[in-house]
Amino acid sequence: MTYEERLQHVSVLGAAGKMGSGILLLTAVEMADLSLKAGNKGKTFVLNAIDVSDEALAGVMRYLKAQLLKIAEKKVNALRAVYTERRDLIDNDEIIAQYIFDVMNLVRPTTRLEAAYDSKMVFEAIKEDSALKVKIFSQINKNNTQQPWFFTNTSSIPITVLDEGAGLGGRIIGFHFYNPPAVQKLVEVIRGKNTLKEVEEFALAYAKNLRKVVAPAHDIAGFIGNGHFMRDILHATSELHKLIKDMSLAEAIYAVNKISQDYLVRPMGIFQLIDYVGVDVCSFIMFVMAPYTKNEVIHSPFLDKLMGLGIKGGQYSDGSQKDGVLKYEKGKIVAVYDPIKEAYIPVSELQAKVDKFLGAMPAPPAWKIVVGNKAKDDILIPYFAQLKTADSPGAEIARNYVKKSKEIGKHLVLSGVAYNDADVNTVLLTGFFHAYGPINEYLD
Amino acid sequence: MKKLRRKVYMVAGYNTISMGSGRKEFHPKKERPGLEDYIKEAGQGTLKMIGGAKNVDECVIGNFMASRFNRQANLAAFFPFIDEGLRYKPAIRVEGACGTGGLALMSGIKSILAETAEVVLAVGFEVQNTVKAIYCADFLAPAGWAAMRKDGHAYFFPGQFSERAGAYFEKFGRETTRKAFARWYRNAIENARLCPTAQEYHNTTKDLEAAAMVEPNAKAFLENLTALDCSKVSDGASAIAIMSEEGLKRCGIPVSEAVEVVGYGQVEEDITKPPPDRTALTTMKQAVSNALEFAGITIAEVATAEIHDCFTVAGIMAVEALGLAEQGKGPEFVLEGNTARDGKFPINTTGGLIGWGHPTGGTGVHMAVTLWEQLTGKAGASQVNIPEDRPYGLMANMGGDDKTLVAIVFKA
Repeated sequence: MTYEERLQHVSVLGAAGKMGSGILLLTAVEMADLSLKAGNKGKTFVLNAIDVSDEALAGVMRYLKAQLLKIAEKKVNALRAVYTERRDLIDNDEIIAQYIFDVMNLVRPTTRLEAAYDSKMVFEAIKEDSALKVKIFSQINKNNTQQPWFFTNTSSIPITVLDEGAGLGGRIIGFHFYNPPAVQKLVEVIRGKNTLKEVEEFALAYAKNLRKVVAPAHDIAGFIGNGHFMRDILHATSELHKLIKDMSLAEAIYAVNKISQDYLVRPMGIFQLIDYVGVDVCSFIMFVMAPYTKNEVIHSPFLDKLMGLGIKGGQYSDGSQKDGVLKYEKGKIVAVYDPIKEAYIPVSELQAKVDKFLGAMPAPPAWKIVVGNKAKDDILIPYFAQLKTADSPGAEIARNYVKKSKEIGKHLVLSGVAYNDADVNTVLLTGFFHAYGPINEYLD
Repeated sequence: MKKLRRKVYMVAGYNTISMGSGRKEFHPKKERPGLEDYIKEAGQGTLKMIGGAKNVDECVIGNFMASRFNRQANLAAFFPFIDEGLRYKPAIRVEGACGTGGLALMSGIKSILAETAEVVLAVGFEVQNTVKAIYCADFLAPAGWAAMRKDGHAYFFPGQFSERAGAYFEKFGRETTRKAFARWYRNAIENARLCPTAQEYHNTTKDLEAAAMVEPNAKAFLENLTALDCSKVSDGASAIAIMSEEGLKRCGIPVSEAVEVVGYGQVEEDITKPPPDRTALTTMKQAVSNALEFAGITIAEVATAEIHDCFTVAGIMAVEALGLAEQGKGPEFVLEGNTARDGKFPINTTGGLIGWGHPTGGTGVHMAVTLWEQLTGKAGASQVNIPEDRPYGLMANMGGDDKTLVAIVFKA
């Protein structure tokens, strides 16, 4: 079966979810672009958007339309060439409208899982629940005569567990997009023990056509991205324990968040990132990873406590941030949750004390000036040289954070999750928008 | 030299701000003034300087594509909206793509010559930020022959001028020409920074030439031009009064406050034919030559010019069309500093289309306003030296790809 034959009948499971809708969009565009190639006239392409809620599916169709407009506007000159035979389409707006129609015309929104029984390929982006995934995969596999391939977006469950559980005979691969899939350049590609070679080849070709950066990871729970992120969270919470000798928990959270953003030159502090992903999602990923990690405990009582108090973070459907560990107004952090006092404490009440405690710090460069800057080492090397010698409690915490992040990165290579240092750095640079890779020599 | 059957003057020019990206107050997603606001501001601006609507005999409004940008036609009927005093007075609307403003001026000049009017109010405008640039390109494409649109670039006109730039690179060398484009851009922005109504008035880029030397990217935009080689999408209006001597008297304006129209050339080229030479603006050359001959002067007697630099490459080729440099030598002429505000022939002293802005239907009128200001010493911070032995200003306004041309010679 050729690449395009494989893509003639596809289903996306969980298509109305945050990850699923992005995967649906990218796949719909890829399929439509294939269908519009001169040699493919008359061939049918079908993309089932499967989810449990009709209401959510209606929402995803609106999302598709809005995103397709942006995509079409960007590539309208190329589209003019695609539609050169269509002499009735003259203005850009006519070309754009036709393209949006042609892409959406492939998509069948449905709540019926049975639609996937005819698919040659199934993308899965449902809940991070091993048993549920196994159940659905086996059901489709049993009823589908096409020997479908399964691309799972799991960020933490070993692929081999799903393969063996559902009896897929290696017709599965981990194809882990980052959030949001339409924007983030990174995908982690994870082969299971028995993943077929042709499935992997297809995955790489598909990633290339979507212009994604591939970071291959071994089939070990958490892979690279969450492997680093979850341990980063555990380090941050262990720092809280040290700090609460000198300050309130809310102050400690504020301090660690500030250090992990400003002084590590990251796009977000660690607690903001937890809110962005969702406290519940982070907690669940740890739960999934824990059974597969030896000699270390991947579990955060801090996250459990937040969950117990109903502090969940995550995002509203329009992409704006819900309150979590931190409270936001127009995207800005205005207060910090204190799980002991069970209340949000305004930043204005914490700031001065925390800054005083942290002491004299070197002025960090702004993340947005460093990221994507070709000469970023000219900024980072002198900054970290200053941080290295700064004598203050804040500098000490920042240095430990940088060192721990590197240690985690190295651990991912040593424990066989990542193939090499470069892949770890690629994931953090591309998937987490870090300005520099965790495995570096800035503080050596 | 021809002699006009009676003297024709222009006076009381007014420009609104040229609004669009680059202006601090511009937000693409916020509601903005409509065409009514622009027309009214410009029209009233001129009326105030000439003693009000009662002194006006006729009106002319120039606009290219309000029918699509603003879903509005029948534009002459906006004159009574500008001022009740214009109710029941004759008015017409003219259109010649980006040469529209020039045609509005020509229409007014002819009314004075035909003695149907002593005072004509001319307004030109375009309000284009109602749509994104990619759709703006659709609306401006009819400046070319519609039959060519289907196989043209998504950005149709930039595509046409990118082809011209490519042809020019091939014939006369890419490196010097691109450097001249960058210098052209720098001159435009530096001039715009002196003119508070200019779209690039707030531009703070430090090294303008370096910014303009970034290589074009055919995948993202065009093969031979970058965004900085192009005039921007603009909203704006300009107005000016066209008068006879009697008209000036009626309005109580001394002749010294006005500029005299001493020659013009208005020519058309076949819109269905490709340019005879992609490296030259042959129609502009004809129009300018007609205008200078009409005035009985040579380009050496002209102090400053406003020329149609919708793209940097058009600016360079216009320098050649004016006769300031031989064909292929325009880039050197510009790089030697001749067209800068302190050069021997300052061009586009308030920024031109690239720096001041290009509200398409208003541009020709804006050119006349700038020359009126310069020749009567009213240009403020933009003022350049007008030598006594070279008391002339020249404008060359172009519609489409060198199709509709209006050149006018003014005398201080």
